[in-house]
Amino acid sequence: MKYRVEIDVMPQKALLDPQGKAVHHGLEELGLNNIESVRIGKHITLHLDAPSREAAAEETEQACKKLLVNPVMEHFEFEIFED
Amino acid sequence: MKFGVVIFPGSNCDHDLIDALKRNTGQEVVELWHKDTDMQGCDFVFIPGGFSYGDYLRSGAIAKLSPIMTSVVEFANNGGYVMGICNGFQILCESGLLKGALLRNNNQLFVCQNQYLKPETTATAITNKLDRDKAYNFPIAHAEGRYYADEETLDELEANNQILFRYCDKHANVGGESNPNGSLNDIAGICNEGRNVFGMMPHPERGADPKLGNQDGVAIFESIMVSLAVS
Repeated sequence: MKYRVEIDVMPQKALLDPQGKAVHHGLEELGLNNIESVRIGKHITLHLDAPSREAAAEETEQACKKLLVNPVMEHFEFEIFED
Repeated sequence: MKFGVVIFPGSNCDHDLIDALKRNTGQEVVELWHKDTDMQGCDFVFIPGGFSYGDYLRSGAIAKLSPIMTSVVEFANNGGYVMGICNGFQILCESGLLKGALLRNNNQLFVCQNQYLKPETTATAITNKLDRDKAYNFPIAHAEGRYYADEETLDELEANNQILFRYCDKHANVGGESNPNGSLNDIAGICNEGRNVFGMMPHPERGADPKLGNQDGVAIFESIMVSLAVS
């Protein structure tokens, strides 16, 4: 079965995100004053051929924990779609 | 005595380091290619600065998976001396040999300047010849040098005397405006609990040649020679 996994990797909540802060400032300059905060992370898409949705989830977890995410500075969540 | 300098695609301080080691220790220095696993009998291994694997994903994240790093981790776990400078520090944190992480500088800038550092301990193989009351001037050049670790880890580092250097001004006053990147506790370098793995963002190898007008880095190489002679 083919799956597509969409992963969001975000800076840990406790961390200062200088990039997000700078972008927030830029948005305020544009007059978009209702935006209260901006945080910037990254989005990773994986394409998997796995026996089941559970197997795809398990492999994605491994990928995140072993390489895609550094838990000292980031957290992640993902969604699995049939491709 | 033999020194090894690991070379990744994207390393760019490797030859500065090789030159500084040869000049200041007179010992043999070999290059350790990232695809090799042979440590060539080195007594002390360095991970140089640069942009290994283009800093893809995160600084140091891909480098930690290279064949040579498997050997370096094993070497370190057996008590071997390993020192990472700049990108090398990031790689050692990513590989789990050192705690914490290096985040984007809080001012969003690539900071490239001469920077004063205060040694926090002389009880290590790389700082034993340093004067704790002196401000050493080492160049820094990084965009991701903001040392971060959770509170528990920071307390542990402080309690175990694992902070090597803090950012300071020329009078050795630590912190405040002198902190160039927002590092927690003004940390510029740390060691592991076993005191055989070292990481620092500043570049001692860029201040170890009289022609460069800065020789503050020489004391690091002198310290290493002293510790290898007695170990």
